[in-house]
Amino acid sequence: MAQKPIRFTHNGAERAVFVEEGANLLDVLRRGVGDLTPKYGCGQGTCGACTVIVDGAPRLSCLTLAETVDGGRVDTVAGLAEGNRLSALQEAFMSHFAAQCGYCTDGMLMSATALLKDNPRPTREEVVEAISGNLCRCTGYEAIIEAILTAAGSGGARRAG
Amino acid sequence: MAVTVETYATLAEAQRAMAGGRARFLGGGTILMRALNEADPSISTIVRATDPALRQIRPEGGEIMIGAGVTMAELARHRDTAFLAPVARVIGGPQVRAAATVAGNLFAAAPYGDMAAALLALGATIETADGRRQPIEELMRPSGSGAGGLVAAVRVADPRGAFHFCKVSRVKPKGVSLISIAALLPRPGGRIERPRIVFNGMGPRPVRAAEAERALEGRSLDAAAIAAAARAAAEGFDPPDDALASAWYRREVAGVHLARLLTGIR
Repeated sequence: MAQKPIRFTHNGAERAVFVEEGANLLDVLRRGVGDLTPKYGCGQGTCGACTVIVDGAPRLSCLTLAETVDGGRVDTVAGLAEGNRLSALQEAFMSHFAAQCGYCTDGMLMSATALLKDNPRPTREEVVEAISGNLCRCTGYEAIIEAILTAAGSGGARRAG
Repeated sequence: MAVTVETYATLAEAQRAMAGGRARFLGGGTILMRALNEADPSISTIVRATDPALRQIRPEGGEIMIGAGVTMAELARHRDTAFLAPVARVIGGPQVRAAATVAGNLFAAAPYGDMAAALLALGATIETADGRRQPIEELMRPSGSGAGGLVAAVRVADPRGAFHFCKVSRVKPKGVSLISIAALLPRPGGRIERPRIVFNGMGPRPVRAAEAERALEGRSLDAAAIAAAARAAAEGFDPPDDALASAWYRREVAGVHLARLLTGIR
């Protein structure tokens, strides 16, 4: 199968990888780049576990043709922390027990990061809307919503963005 | 599953590459990439176009020109398409809206296609890659095989307050439509003139509710007219039984939701 070279900025670092034709961005991030933070949930655009930020907007990496990000910028959970220091959003997820099995967490964090970047002081309704494309089957969402609102209140938005 | 991806700078080149009839065009990917992830064996060649003109929104000759590749998120926040924002905002979740395109929605099978329903109600014009223009009805005909070419742009006039929309879903936010209703109700001098009412979810494609339109023509938007339109709402439709709702349920609630939409109009 033909392979195509693409380059993109991944959490601030330049990446050059070969991608198979038709490969989605999720596969390329996980297998090509080695970033295992975006998760494979459904492959159908339903669950949001693969959410990453492409050129500033939240996107489902499983539904993104990898070669369309050539020359662009891709941000994932792997880029949220600074060394050992978690972002305010990640800290808030921990302190609110906003993860149980954890499979949806990376997608939730990226949807929330995208929200807070554009809207540093969201209302509860705006938070609910922002994570409406992310399914969680454990928490009932309340802890996640509270965590995002807390991170927003602590000014975590700017650091996380 | 050997897939070939061909990328072209212009839509005209992409159109030529589609000539064999086997290639599939990639817009935002929310439908085609899903099929590809399922290893749909019918997909062998994917064609895409990178022409920035496909992403433009601009006023042109009294209408708004919306490039085929404009996303739901862009429609929702652009000043010139504010009248479409209530539709764009309730399609998918944020990630889908950042990818899904206006032209893709024209070809999205039910339960998708809410934007197509809105554009049908608005009487939009479809421009294809070869520059031809046709009324959106041509594209939406149930027997229609498509535009007869790649869609380059959608042209639509600002309805100046005469456009109304509601989406009925079980889950909010982000639930898919059981049905959605888009209505263009011009009322010069207080009387409804040439209304266009479109249901999505009452058949495989968005369809105009001819009987409901007839019930409203020439009348003022009062309780009697609304009741008449509600009674006529499901006339002529053969709605589907699916996992979202039964055909019976859709028939029962079509008029109820149309009446609510019309009653909410000031």
